[in-house]
Amino acid sequence: MSNPYAKLPGWVEYGLVPLVNLAVAFLVAGLVVLLVGENPFEAAYHLINGAFGRGEYIGFTLYYATTFIFTGLAVAVAFHAGLFNIGGEGQAYVGGIGVALACLWLDQTMPWFVVFPLAIIGSAAFGAVWAFLPGWLQAKRGSHIVITTIMFNFIASSLMVYLLTKVLKPLGSMAPQTRTFAEGGQLPKLDWLLAIFGLDIGTAPFNISFLLALVAAFGVWLLIWRTKLGYEMRTMGHSPSAARYAGMSESRITVITMMISGALAGMMALNPIMGEQGRMQLDFVQGAGFVGIAVALMGRSHPAGIIPAAVLFGVLYQGGAEISFEMPSISRDMIVIIQGLVILFAGALENMFRPAITRLFSISSRRAAVVAQTKGA
Amino acid sequence: MDSIAIELRGIDKSFGLVHANKNINLKVRKGTIHGVIGENGAGKSTLMSILYGFYQADSGEIHVDGKQVSIRDPNAAIAAGIGMVHQHFMLVENFTVLENVMLGAEESRILNKGIAKARVELKRLEREYALEVNPDAVIEELPVGLQQRVEILKALYRRADILILDEPTGVLTPAEADHLFRVLEQLKSQGKTIILITHKLREIMAITDEVSVMRRGEMVATRTTAETSVEELAELMVGRRVLLRVEKGEAKPGDVKLSVDGLTVKDSRGVTMVDNVSFNLRAGEIVGIAGVAGNGQSELLEAISGIRRAVSGDVLLNGKAIDVTGHADPKELRDRGLAHVPEDRHHVGLVLKFEESENAILGYHHDKRYLNGVFLNVDAIRKDAEQKIAEYDIRPPNARLKTANFSGGNQQKIVLAREMERGPDVLIIGQPTRGVDVGAIEFIHKRIIEMRDQGKAVLLVSVELDEIRALSDRILVMFAGRVVGERDPDATEGELGLLMAGVEGRKEAAE
Repeated sequence: MSNPYAKLPGWVEYGLVPLVNLAVAFLVAGLVVLLVGENPFEAAYHLINGAFGRGEYIGFTLYYATTFIFTGLAVAVAFHAGLFNIGGEGQAYVGGIGVALACLWLDQTMPWFVVFPLAIIGSAAFGAVWAFLPGWLQAKRGSHIVITTIMFNFIASSLMVYLLTKVLKPLGSMAPQTRTFAEGGQLPKLDWLLAIFGLDIGTAPFNISFLLALVAAFGVWLLIWRTKLGYEMRTMGHSPSAARYAGMSESRITVITMMISGALAGMMALNPIMGEQGRMQLDFVQGAGFVGIAVALMGRSHPAGIIPAAVLFGVLYQGGAEISFEMPSISRDMIVIIQGLVILFAGALENMFRPAITRLFSISSRRAAVVAQTKGA
Repeated sequence: MDSIAIELRGIDKSFGLVHANKNINLKVRKGTIHGVIGENGAGKSTLMSILYGFYQADSGEIHVDGKQVSIRDPNAAIAAGIGMVHQHFMLVENFTVLENVMLGAEESRILNKGIAKARVELKRLEREYALEVNPDAVIEELPVGLQQRVEILKALYRRADILILDEPTGVLTPAEADHLFRVLEQLKSQGKTIILITHKLREIMAITDEVSVMRRGEMVATRTTAETSVEELAELMVGRRVLLRVEKGEAKPGDVKLSVDGLTVKDSRGVTMVDNVSFNLRAGEIVGIAGVAGNGQSELLEAISGIRRAVSGDVLLNGKAIDVTGHADPKELRDRGLAHVPEDRHHVGLVLKFEESENAILGYHHDKRYLNGVFLNVDAIRKDAEQKIAEYDIRPPNARLKTANFSGGNQQKIVLAREMERGPDVLIIGQPTRGVDVGAIEFIHKRIIEMRDQGKAVLLVSVELDEIRALSDRILVMFAGRVVGERDPDATEGELGLLMAGVEGRKEAAE
């Protein structure tokens, strides 16, 4: 009785409520487009067409989605233990070092399937180290993780500028980036996957790290719901006092969770570095770490929700780019506004429509119960 | 005396699928004390929240003094002359009594005028109702009984004619409770109407004129108190006959299982909460720790079970030391045969968002039979949970239901099943029946006695003196962090009450 929101059927809870939120977000975004003096239906057409209109567009959409799956999972894992890791951006950035080192070392002598596993380990290790420090600082020194992970984003940014201008840059080059990797440092595209559906990938960088992202999503599900560690993480996330009572070590779980979270964020670097650019550039993360927060919120921190949420943000990124291309008066910032609205309605105002929907369902289910009773009698 | 102060007609309220109040009718006569009893979740709090404007009824009418009123929020309730004394006080701890009383009723932007007026009014109320309290005392320095008095003054200051008191004696010593009842009698004689919500049958019998019983959202009966009995009320509450007294045989104490020597515990602010406490707990006996909430019992339990660090003291479990000042770890203590049913099952003993089966292994999740390597053996966990559900009659019998959806009594059974099932040598239990319905209380008490009869050592902490007296073989009384006396279970309530208030204890310590 203390919970005024009664339990809703699963498809309403995880299907209808997010859809209503999303619809409202697009409705408001449409109004903004209208205010700019453009036709919102035209914008919507370009958004959808830009994301799904051609095999190439779909490839781009899924390429972005791959990135967001990794960062979304990173945030979600930490959420489950009650930790708010805002440092996905920095962890992904630093994770890039692991990818770059593996590629620079072996790309000329080894095929991609030898370099790839090493790059995975490298990216995860560097990302984990970057998350370990804030985790350890919270566990042992009580420095709040939200503050430290934000600060570590800035440190990561400065560190990478230093590395890419002084250390990893080839001699004589003016660009702050590593040399372009040889074939061994580039991931194969998933053109065959799209070809199954009769789609042509074109120039889209949709690559094999997408499959790794799906494996990671399954791994996160296993970790959270099927391992002892996941059980301890969830206990701590829901109730730190219950975790203490059960004899779980808060500092141990904090540190381990942050390292797993950081490793997932770090693995995001595989996608742009090995999958698209074939080199590590300055600012290759491009805010994906922050988008991960929105993805995790929208996906309810569940892998099965994070994948569609990541695809949605992939659509916004790819389709949004098309809008600004086709409709010059809508700048890319407009896309940021739409993304912001999605985050606002799906994340922050998530419960806005829930009471109304709950009421609707309690009325209809009570009616159904009455009908069943009269039939029974 | 015949006029009706409050009448509820056909009040109906649902939260989603939960039908909390079903067509409730209630008449409260002016100038009487009217009790409302019912088990947890019977809907009494919902009903009173509707009356006080926290919730809106889905349908039904509220009449005050014969006129229909619409109570949309607490302000409307106050305007209609209804005041509420909440179970958890709504006071600003670092404000004075005067500031708290006038909070929200300042009447002017400039405080000075309001303060002067409030001071005069407070004086008048004190005189009229014999509710003395220093208006300049800071709330956090007042004892709980006086804080409650401030809550009552707050309601009276807002000219309440009808006072609703929600479980008012939960935090009081017996003496303070008696004092409260005298205040209520006084208010009644001045023509105020009082609605007393409680689950304590004895209080109903002691003070009310009429009593209404709620069960599962329905108002099942209204009785004149003088014409009913505790047994009848209990039966009305539960819907079947209940055994109010616990049957138990002689204790056969054996070896010392837990020995506590000079245990001292401080809280995070450095205040001494447990002060040099020593006692022994033997196999086959139940030692009860009586005391008003907040006198160090919680900290004592936490220190022994390894959740909180002690400052000094020695604790031996089965003759071997527990490192209470250093590395005592709940996991290690569980392995060594100490089980702990914590006082706060909502935040400590259970994770409410977990499935029942997940809570059934909390703290024992290292056990090999629940694991396949690093993975959880979900089948084994669920099967194990189903066994416990059957054995402890946990309802609904669904191991996959979210724990929050079980009633208080069934939640407590989940914890008890988990902690008792392994047959620990020492069982420490805090508030075994807090927020638990009468039917489940009977079951839980029986299980505790069974544990004792199997030769287990049981340490019981409860703020319900009746429970302590019914279950314990020896009673220790705690006051201000110290054990101020040991008594037999047949000690009178008055004797224990004085100890709990620290009166007797000081004398004893001085001697």
